[in-house]
Parts: sequence; C-alpha cells; structure tokens
Amino acid sequence: MNQVTSSVNPSETPQHPLPQPERSRSPATATRSKPFPISRVVLYIVLIIGSVLMLLPFVWLIRSSLMGTSQIFVFPPEWIPSPFQWSNYPEALTSVPFGRYFMNTFIIEVCVLAGVMLTSIISAFTFARLRWPGRNLIFSLLIGSMMLPYAVTLIPTFVMWRELGGLNTFLPLIVPAWFGGGAFNIFLMRQFMLTIPRDLDEAAYMDGGTPLTVLWRVIIPLSSPALIVIGIFTFIDVWNDFLGPIIYLSDEKHFTLALGLATFRGLNNTNWPYLMAASSTILAPIVLIFFIGQRYFIEGITLTGIKG
Amino acid sequence: MKRPKSGMMRMERNWGLLFALPAILGLMIFTIGPIAASFVFSLTDWTIGGQMTFIGLDNYRTILTEDATFSQSMFVTTYYALGSVPLGLAAAFIIALLLNQKVKGLSVFRTIYYLPTIVPSIANTMLWLWMFNPDFGLLNSLLESVGLPGSKWIYDENTAIPSLIMMSTWGIGNTVIIFLAGLQSVPTHLYEAAEVDGGNRWHKFFHITIPSMTPTIFFNLVMSLISTFQAFNQAYVMTNGGPNNSTLFYVFYLWRTAFTETKIGYASALAWILFFVIMVLTVLIFSTSKKWVHYEGGERS
Repeated sequence: MNQVTSSVNPSETPQHPLPQPERSRSPATATRSKPFPISRVVLYIVLIIGSVLMLLPFVWLIRSSLMGTSQIFVFPPEWIPSPFQWSNYPEALTSVPFGRYFMNTFIIEVCVLAGVMLTSIISAFTFARLRWPGRNLIFSLLIGSMMLPYAVTLIPTFVMWRELGGLNTFLPLIVPAWFGGGAFNIFLMRQFMLTIPRDLDEAAYMDGGTPLTVLWRVIIPLSSPALIVIGIFTFIDVWNDFLGPIIYLSDEKHFTLALGLATFRGLNNTNWPYLMAASSTILAPIVLIFFIGQRYFIEGITLTGIKG
Repeated sequence: MKRPKSGMMRMERNWGLLFALPAILGLMIFTIGPIAASFVFSLTDWTIGGQMTFIGLDNYRTILTEDATFSQSMFVTTYYALGSVPLGLAAAFIIALLLNQKVKGLSVFRTIYYLPTIVPSIANTMLWLWMFNPDFGLLNSLLESVGLPGSKWIYDENTAIPSLIMMSTWGIGNTVIIFLAGLQSVPTHLYEAAEVDGGNRWHKFFHITIPSMTPTIFFNLVMSLISTFQAFNQAYVMTNGGPNNSTLFYVFYLWRTAFTETKIGYASALAWILFFVIMVLTVLIFSTSKKWVHYEGGERS
C-alpha cells in the first residue's frame, strides 16, 4: 500500500521528470537496435491511426464552430469552413451571459482550490507522519469512502443544504473542500509525503521544533510536485463539474460554465455552430492547463502507487 | 527507529489530532452522517413538502417487485457496463502496450491519447451529440465515404447504448496511464531470466507481462465497473433517458425520482440498492481475484 511507483526524489523538485520512455526500465521496450524492421513500421502506423481517431472529434468540434448555419447542414459534410466564421465565438459568448458564468466558476475555483490545498496538506501530513490513536481506522474509513457510490450520500447532503438554506449559493460546492479536500487528494499527497526522508523531521524535532515547524519548513517546501498535481486535478474537476451545480444551483444568476453550456442546448432550437463555439471555449483553458502541467498531470496518476 | 520521549509523543498526538480534525469532521458530515440519513430516509415515504412516515421496507419491496422502470434502468446500466468495461479495458491495455514501446515522439502520442480524458464531460456530450447526428454528423459521413449505410445512433433504441459504449471508449486515458505505470514497474529481472531461458517475445508477454499486470488489470476493472454503474451525464444531456427508455441509466432514474419528483424516500432506497449491487459485484471480483491476480512474492505488496 505504501509503495510509490514513481522514482521521484523530492530534493530535485525542479527537475521532476516522468518516467521517460527513452530511459524505460522495461527491457520489453528496449528492442534490439535493428534498423526499422517491419514491425516498427506497423507500430507507427497503428499509433498514428489511433491518434487520428483520438483527434478527429476535436477537429470536428473546431470546424463546426467556425461554420455558418447553412454550411454546417451540408451532406456530405465539408471539412474546411468557407468562409471561416470567426464571429460565431463572440456571438455565442454574448448570446448567454457567459461573463457571469465565468465569474461564478472562477469564484468557486478559487475557494475550492484554497480549501483543498490547505486541508489536504495538513490531513496528508498527519496521516503520513504523526502518530495518534485511531489514525489507521480513520485513514481506512477515508480510503473506503472512495468506493462509495456518490448516489448514496447525494440525497441526504442535498437535504442538509436545503435545511441550512444553502440552495442557490455556492456553499455546497465550496464547503466540502475545506474538510479534508477529498479522500483521493489526501491519499495522493500522503503517498508523496511518505517518500520524503524522515531524517529531516527528526532534525527539526532535535532543534525543538513542533510538527507545525516540520510541516512548514520541511514538508510543504518539498511537496510542491504533489501540490501541483492536486491543484491541476482539482481545477479540472471543478471546471468540469456538472452534477453538483445542477443540483444546487437553479437560479441562472449562479450558473457555472458547465451548467450554462448545458442550458445552451435548446435555446434557439440549438444553434449548433454557437454550441460548438461555446464548447470549444470552455474546453480551451483545460487543454491549456493540461499542456502546461502535462508532466505533473500524468505523473500524478502514476504517483499514487496503484500497484496495490 | 528512535523512541521519542513521552512529552514528544503527547505533542505529536495533539498536533496529529488537530491536523486530522478537518478530515475527521468532513468524514462525519459528508460521508458517515449522510449514509446513516440515507438509510433512514429509505425506510420512509418522505416527499419534499410532505409528511414523513416510517414505512419499513416498503420502498424496497415496491422497487424490487412492482417498479418496471427500476428493472429497465438496471438492465440498461448493466448492458452499458458489460459493453463498455471490457471494451475500455482491452483498448486501454493495447494502447498502453503501444505507448510503452520505444518510439519517436512518444510524449506527443501520450498527450494525444490522454487529451479526450480531460474534455469537460458536458462539452464532450455536446460534441458527440453532434457527431451522432444521423443527417449531418461526422460518423455517418465517415460511413458514407466508405460506402457503408449510416446508423441512427443514439436516436434509435437498438443502437443507443452501443453508441454510448463507443463514445465511452474515446475517454479511456486514465485507464491507459494506470496500465502504463503498471507496465513500467514489471520487474526487469523477470524478462532477463526469460531471455536467458531462450523465451521469445510471446513467451515474455504471456508469462511475464500479463501475470505481472493482473493487479493493475484488477484495479482498473473494479474502478471502471464502479464508475460505469454511475453513468449519468449522457442520459441527462444527450438522450433524456430515451428513446423509449433505452438509455435510462440507473443514476439518471434515481436523480429524476429525487430531484424532479422529490420522492426522497424512494430515491434513497434506489441509492441503497445501487450501493448493494456495486458492493456485491466488487466482492465477487475480489473473490475471483485470488485465482487470477498475482502479487509479487505471492502476497499483496
């Protein structure tokens, strides 16, 4: 359980490479250096065909977002918009209050990120490093809660927020983030912290430090890769969250981007070019973040020590 | 390991509990409390705005014996899971094997194969809705261009679920990454030993790669089963459960019962049945796992 598959050395945080394929440890991959046997050619062809299949929907999305309503309904479909109807973007984004949806999403993002970062760090630290009675029990319950279908807790949580007057506020979407920041994040962060040498803690205690000193001076500075991973995951989860907002937010003033996009369908009998333009717009920041944080992102999943 | 002095231990305990407080409170407020409440609700006929009467197991009896919509949604969900889980796992495993080869531009390929996973599911469903369009969609035009007849995709009750299964296979990036991580941690010495024994590529694949990967396959199997049983967005956004209830996913039915019909008691019972089904499936997989999952050194690491 404690095994971390990543070979990350936390003292080298700036250089924090993914297990790069070029120096892969598996000899199955280190095929003997025959110059381009036929199987390599087949491999490339398969990979490229797969990539085309993966990218095709994106291309379709973009091309549809740049077409006029007459061109989009041509059969067989054309691939190149003519003319490129760039005005779809500003028109789609002003036909519904996207600015407000964006601000709402942004407010939720900031509040959730702050809560998740702060409370998952301290929770992970206490589970990774400090001994207190009941620690293992609580940790198992936490991990067990990941297996629970959300449908079971959904209804009572909704009823609770309704009783507390939290419907049509952002509180139901934000407050849970301040209570531990989610089992998955705690688990991921804890696994990472277990790779930080304990000698560093001991040294801090020798100097008369408290756990707070250790957390602040040792753990937090060395945990930035894990923090980045959690930050990116959380950002994307909030950005993509759909079920939460449709349950708690019914007043259009409070809509998030995802919710705004969903209601977009059906307005004006679904203007497809607009819908595709709006979809590309909500997709863009995520793709951007993914490209920036790519290394951390894929590593984050690898990092959790899936092997058991 | 140094034995800390008792003052040290007390300090550690106090700070430990303090730091654990948010997580413990969160567990109680957002998990344990709701579980208990949900169970109590499921034994009542509570509708929002109405009186709450304790009716014992009546909800469960109604669901299991009289509710045709329940059986339909359970059938739809099972059908979807049986299709998308094996297909997704097989595709993800093959892609992971390909991406574990020494090829040029590997990080580009990895990025491309992962990209669909991060698409906001709402944008994703919109996009596929448009690709499934029988008259102007991408899929029918591709079929047309190679001379095949088109399909009505999600607009026909016979093809709706297969269409959604196909769509789910597009977003398997996470599973691929987990397989990839597993492949990279297959112990090198096993391959070396096989080579010494004159084993060829297939030998290595079937006798080392596959057995070493069984814990990862097991993990992915459980996780994807749990998540497919909770599919919701497709039904909510794309099909509204139709045509003719052919895509009435279980959680969508549950959501409708709770949040549009406000039958909280009945919906809670539905949630518990889902919980029970998922638990039974997980236990079944766990119990068969002893036969096919190999842990290094003969036990869980």
